[in-house]
Amino acid sequence: MDVGSIIENSLRAAVGLEAVAFVLAAIGLNLHFGYTGLLNFGQVGFMSVGAYSIAITVNELDLSMWAGIPIGILAATVFALLLGIPTLRLRADYLAIVTIAAGEIFRLVVRAASLRDLTGGSSGMTQFARDFYAINPFGDGTYGFGVFRWDERRFWLLIVCWTLVAVVSGLVILLIRSPWGRVLKSIREDEDAARSLGKNVYWFKMQSLILGGICGAFAGFALAIGTQSVQPDTYSTAITFYALTALIIGGMAKSIGPIVGSMLFWLLFAGVDVLLREMQSADYIPEWLMDGTQVGQVRVMLVGLALMLLPIFRPQGLFGDKREIQLDAR
Amino acid sequence: MPASALADVTPVPGVPKPDPVLVVDGVRRTFGGLTAVDVEHVEVQRGLITALIGPNGAGKTTFFNLLTGFDKPDTGSWTFDGQPVAGVPAHKVARLGMVRTFQLTKSLARLPVIENMRLGATGQRGESFLRALVPSLWKSQEEAITERADSLLERFKLSHMRDEYAGTLSGGQRKLLEMARALMTEPKLVMLDEPMAGVNPALTQSLLGHVKDLRAQGMTVVFVEHDMDVVYDISDWVIVMAEGRVIAEGPPESIGANQQVIDAYLGAHHDAPTSAAEEEAQLAEAQAMIAEEEEGGSS
Repeated sequence: MDVGSIIENSLRAAVGLEAVAFVLAAIGLNLHFGYTGLLNFGQVGFMSVGAYSIAITVNELDLSMWAGIPIGILAATVFALLLGIPTLRLRADYLAIVTIAAGEIFRLVVRAASLRDLTGGSSGMTQFARDFYAINPFGDGTYGFGVFRWDERRFWLLIVCWTLVAVVSGLVILLIRSPWGRVLKSIREDEDAARSLGKNVYWFKMQSLILGGICGAFAGFALAIGTQSVQPDTYSTAITFYALTALIIGGMAKSIGPIVGSMLFWLLFAGVDVLLREMQSADYIPEWLMDGTQVGQVRVMLVGLALMLLPIFRPQGLFGDKREIQLDAR
Repeated sequence: MPASALADVTPVPGVPKPDPVLVVDGVRRTFGGLTAVDVEHVEVQRGLITALIGPNGAGKTTFFNLLTGFDKPDTGSWTFDGQPVAGVPAHKVARLGMVRTFQLTKSLARLPVIENMRLGATGQRGESFLRALVPSLWKSQEEAITERADSLLERFKLSHMRDEYAGTLSGGQRKLLEMARALMTEPKLVMLDEPMAGVNPALTQSLLGHVKDLRAQGMTVVFVEHDMDVVYDISDWVIVMAEGRVIAEGPPESIGANQQVIDAYLGAHHDAPTSAAEEEAQLAEAQAMIAEEEEGGSS
């Protein structure tokens, strides 16, 4: 069993493309759920809106990929308005129902055969991010240090994405420490109280939904550019819950929570995968218990187990404040 | 005596006041077949403490919800400070200067006490998304707000809890915090929904003092209360509701003797006076029954 490769793969996954995309998605969810108390179960919808915006801008509108970014932000805003206008006046659960459905609806619409000319149907679209790699300042070769080594394309992408994470997190910190953020938190605690003090609760919720949704769209941009492809079935409902899980691991309503949570999530996810494969090929695991084709499923089971244990033994996540959790029972 | 402003006002339901801050006309709210509120006309005098009393289910809280925009009436209109406010959303009502508290205290548990207070200030520049990103645009205002919040906390004896989570406060302290936070909006009219409920007697006295302070500072107070001692103690005028209607109003000392109020609280006819003829008839009936029973016993 190659322990070195297990560690190496886990560490690389912790800062890899999926991890950084999840960080962005989880930052959005943190704005929604951690700070405003909005139950968005359809973050994946915002991610696919972002990803498809870029792909369609390049492949169908024949515009530069860079035009796809503002188009994607606009599309995510419209998506947020569509979800928010009918539901934000209602109780929190309605938003949850509508968002989970909207994410699925978007996936099913873009994979529809009748839209094949626009979205590529179930096979999606590829090769639309050349503009991004065309301005890569890194020449051919591998970059990085230690186990963190990538070719010039992936390295360029990761540099841009993590810089983006730093910028977005900085903005979120500024916002949350402002009176604007105070209103969001008061809505999370009791929206009638906020309303009785003259706060336009509906509009603040809408702003939160739009901003967090745009963070989700950025996660979609990252995935689409990183893989040079969009495929509807990548954006399944489970993605939202993985991102929520990552957020809960890190700790909600803390700006560092989504970052560390997503990194740890992917470290474990990749680590368990390699570990299981190594153990399987070294015959540490008997065939009747698990064969080589079942690694993927067992990995998800183990992650699920870990996620059940986490709220039991550390409900506040890694960085959350335990006192806040105890106060939860109002 | 501030109540002297109402000395010449006839104590009948819907009577006009010399200087009303709140005027309500034909407000009706039904839930299915139940008419929760059906107020024809009522006025609240500026600068005084008006108590709103009535038995459970009289529609007091629903009436509060309607007036403050937390619920919508089927019909009706009302003006606050001369401005029509029917149909105005709750947050705008609050900004106009008509602030309310809740029967079940709404402290923002996972925010520190001082943040609860700061939230109450209206017209904050930093509450706009773009300006929030540039702290220099709102820092000075924030400092002024904090100063005001601290002096209110001082007045309400909550300074020692300033940086604690509001969720750690006791029930009585939460009532104090909610009232103090409402004052951060710089209201003209304060509507308190059962401010003394669940508060120990010592704290009740201090809360009463704070309510009187509001009047001394020129604010109008409307409060819902069940404890008649409290009502007698601090209110200048009492409005009585029962089954959604205003059935009586008047100065507190007159209200206890009002027959309709007694009926509303204890049920009508509980000691309805009877005429001599009726009494005789009842007596005869009773005697007949006794005689009947005796007969049945002997056979």
